[in-house]
Amino acid sequence: MQMPTPDAAILARRAAIVARLRAVIGAGDVIDDPVEARAYECDALSAYRCPPLAVALPTTTAEVAAVLRVCHEERVPVVPRGAGTSLAGGSMPTADAVVLGLARMNAVLEVDYGDRLIRVQAGRTNLSVSGAVDEAGFFYAPDPSSQLACAIGGNIGMNSGGAHCLKYGVTTNNLLGVTVVLMDGAVVELGGPMGEAPGLDLLGVVCGAEGQLGVVTEAVLRILPKPAGARPVLIGFDSSETAGACVAAIIRAGILPVAIEFMDRPCITATENFAAPGYPDCEALLIVEVEGTPPEIDEQLALIRALAQGFSPVEFRESRSEEESRRIWLGRKSAFGAMGQMGDYMCLDGTIPVSALPQVLGRIAEMSEEAGLLVANVFHAGDGNMHPLILFDANRPGDLERVEALGADILRLCVEVGGCLTGEHGVGVEKRDLMGAQFSDADMEAQMRVKDVFDPHWLLNAAKVFPLHVSASRREARRNAA
Amino acid sequence: MRPETEAELAAIIRGATAPLSPVGGGTRLRPGEGQGARLSTAGLRGITLYEPAAMTLVARAGTPLAEVQAALAAEGQRLAFEPDEAEGSTIGGVIAANASGPRRVKDGAARDSLIGVRFVDGSGAVIANGGRVMKNVTGYDLVKLMAGSRGTLGVLTEVSLKTQPVSPASATLTLAGLAADRSVAAMTAALTGPWDVSGAGRLPSGETVLRLEGLAGSVAIRAESLAARLAVFGPVETTEGDAAFADLRQIGRDMAAAAGPGRAVWRIVCRPSQAAALVAQLPGPTALDWGGALIWAETPAEWVPDLPPGAIAARVHGGPGLSLPPMAPALAALNDGVRGRFDPRGILAGAG
Repeated sequence: MQMPTPDAAILARRAAIVARLRAVIGAGDVIDDPVEARAYECDALSAYRCPPLAVALPTTTAEVAAVLRVCHEERVPVVPRGAGTSLAGGSMPTADAVVLGLARMNAVLEVDYGDRLIRVQAGRTNLSVSGAVDEAGFFYAPDPSSQLACAIGGNIGMNSGGAHCLKYGVTTNNLLGVTVVLMDGAVVELGGPMGEAPGLDLLGVVCGAEGQLGVVTEAVLRILPKPAGARPVLIGFDSSETAGACVAAIIRAGILPVAIEFMDRPCITATENFAAPGYPDCEALLIVEVEGTPPEIDEQLALIRALAQGFSPVEFRESRSEEESRRIWLGRKSAFGAMGQMGDYMCLDGTIPVSALPQVLGRIAEMSEEAGLLVANVFHAGDGNMHPLILFDANRPGDLERVEALGADILRLCVEVGGCLTGEHGVGVEKRDLMGAQFSDADMEAQMRVKDVFDPHWLLNAAKVFPLHVSASRREARRNAA
Repeated sequence: MRPETEAELAAIIRGATAPLSPVGGGTRLRPGEGQGARLSTAGLRGITLYEPAAMTLVARAGTPLAEVQAALAAEGQRLAFEPDEAEGSTIGGVIAANASGPRRVKDGAARDSLIGVRFVDGSGAVIANGGRVMKNVTGYDLVKLMAGSRGTLGVLTEVSLKTQPVSPASATLTLAGLAADRSVAAMTAALTGPWDVSGAGRLPSGETVLRLEGLAGSVAIRAESLAARLAVFGPVETTEGDAAFADLRQIGRDMAAAAGPGRAVWRIVCRPSQAAALVAQLPGPTALDWGGALIWAETPAEWVPDLPPGAIAARVHGGPGLSLPPMAPALAALNDGVRGRFDPRGILAGAG
């Protein structure tokens, strides 16, 4: 992974920069000890690491603005960080960058059940947003699998999804407003009631801009009343292609489950060995979850059962109790842990049109065999967001490179069939150099123009999202001017 | 000007020396818009891809909305955001205006169903963003930026939309004669419970209407349970179907058509808890949608609302165009900056 050469002039001024930061947010909120700063050298894409210049941990929007003003004046790059759970290297630092961590900003600022919204500081974890409104019977819908740890600010940066977004949408569909601090320290409110504001939908473009436009410090989120209940079914099939066809049939029939999750045999075997959920012995399975009161659930499941019969399922397992529901979800929820037990893995995140599922699954199997690398598939089938997991041994020389090459080929396949490189993890550094497979130069130029407006000196998380050669002239203009 | 291809459109924009006003059907222009030379997208017509099983439709921007609706209806699907419609409305115009009807309260606005765009920017460059899949975080989301940008950043040439199955059943619960504060309270009660309400509004007649959609058995169960919850507000009448919501969807348009000389129509968006006080100060007929978050009001032309914190308002008919409150300077600078980057010559500045 290539990153720009750190700016020697900034490294040389490190002590002075740290002193200026300490002067604006207090000594204890700035980390410059190399051992302590090491905790910030990577995120969940741990194959790539780099200790930062320093770490700032402000506690208020005003402090974030003060930190950014200092960095702006010093022309120091800044890498915003929520909880550091990015799978794409979204919060991976460079040696000449200040990491701006939001972890100390986790307060709930306002809850209004009648207006169905909550206002929180952006360092608050995803799950604790739902936790804050749970007793009143509400929840925050987007549920990335890292929801116990990941921060709302990071969710907004990456426009995170989750298992239930088939029904409830992703972050951008549940975000009503943000307070964002621009690189020069200006504080701007975006969005408004119903997420709407006069002028352009800048909230919509800040969400998913991977921390390149500003640092989100507060967010107004849509909360929803909890459904009366939910129940999953597990359907086993004798081939991945049949399972894929059944997904298309369920969607086509107009039933809108909250989730349709898919696992193939390598993944089923791994979870069975790891968590023993008692899954059937089959090539592929679907977990379909529906919501409502018991009779409403029965009505939906009867339709799903009738449809599934057309695909000769190996098993159709309906949950009859909380415990059975838990066991159906157990394997799916422990899938990543189970794969981790088997060795190292690379998790892909491409999305494809649902109609292309059978074709793409077949092609991935061929590519896996050609490359001699095991690929397990577990993903959100309802919306076509795939998570092929490529297994390998990081200690074997050359394995990581072979895995990255296969991963890139699979993502290019996703784009070829009409999909995209990343459905919910973000581009970060991981998929940065594949952007040209999906976008023309003009397409990327249009995106970069937005950053030119928000961050004219390209200081915020700048070496991400766009291939280095594509963003080079903009990033280097800053350095040459300094 | 009526280009027949995206390339022709790009050439027109590149060669333009005076302001242009891109229009689809020209059915959503607001006061002050459309002053430049008309650039029609009507020649860019046709559905280019429709995969019902993937719930995805791609259409050229000038495709009539009616044509899109008919294609969807033939497959038992629809646009979740149920935009208002007039003779000649195009799908590109719907997106450029982010036109969103009653179901926004449950399934989001036009921008939430929009998954991809192609457009020609103010310098004549052809730009694609998003795609045809519903989960996509690859690069910046210019799809959202284009939705509602009213032609000021570029001219849409193609849009990709997530579609939705038509519900097998629907029911409308009606409460007659509730004052605005009681109406909002009833809608809030409905929207904060587990009934999955897909529409909540108050018609100018004073009727409060709530919509339930889904499988037949489910709709019946929820209708009974919700009616019981709302009984404290007054008698509840439950009817099959959702005809009242076809009216509510068109209400802003109907108000503008009915407003005589010297009258204006305002569109106000606020928190539902602010709606009743706003309605109390409005000097003419009003309608509420989105559980009270959207207020349509017919007023004297010179009248200006006194907005509570956070609420926004636009005069959409009668009198000069006006948007309230004025934008904060830093926000205005971002808006101007983005417009300037996409339209450096100001060719589209008068578009919207």
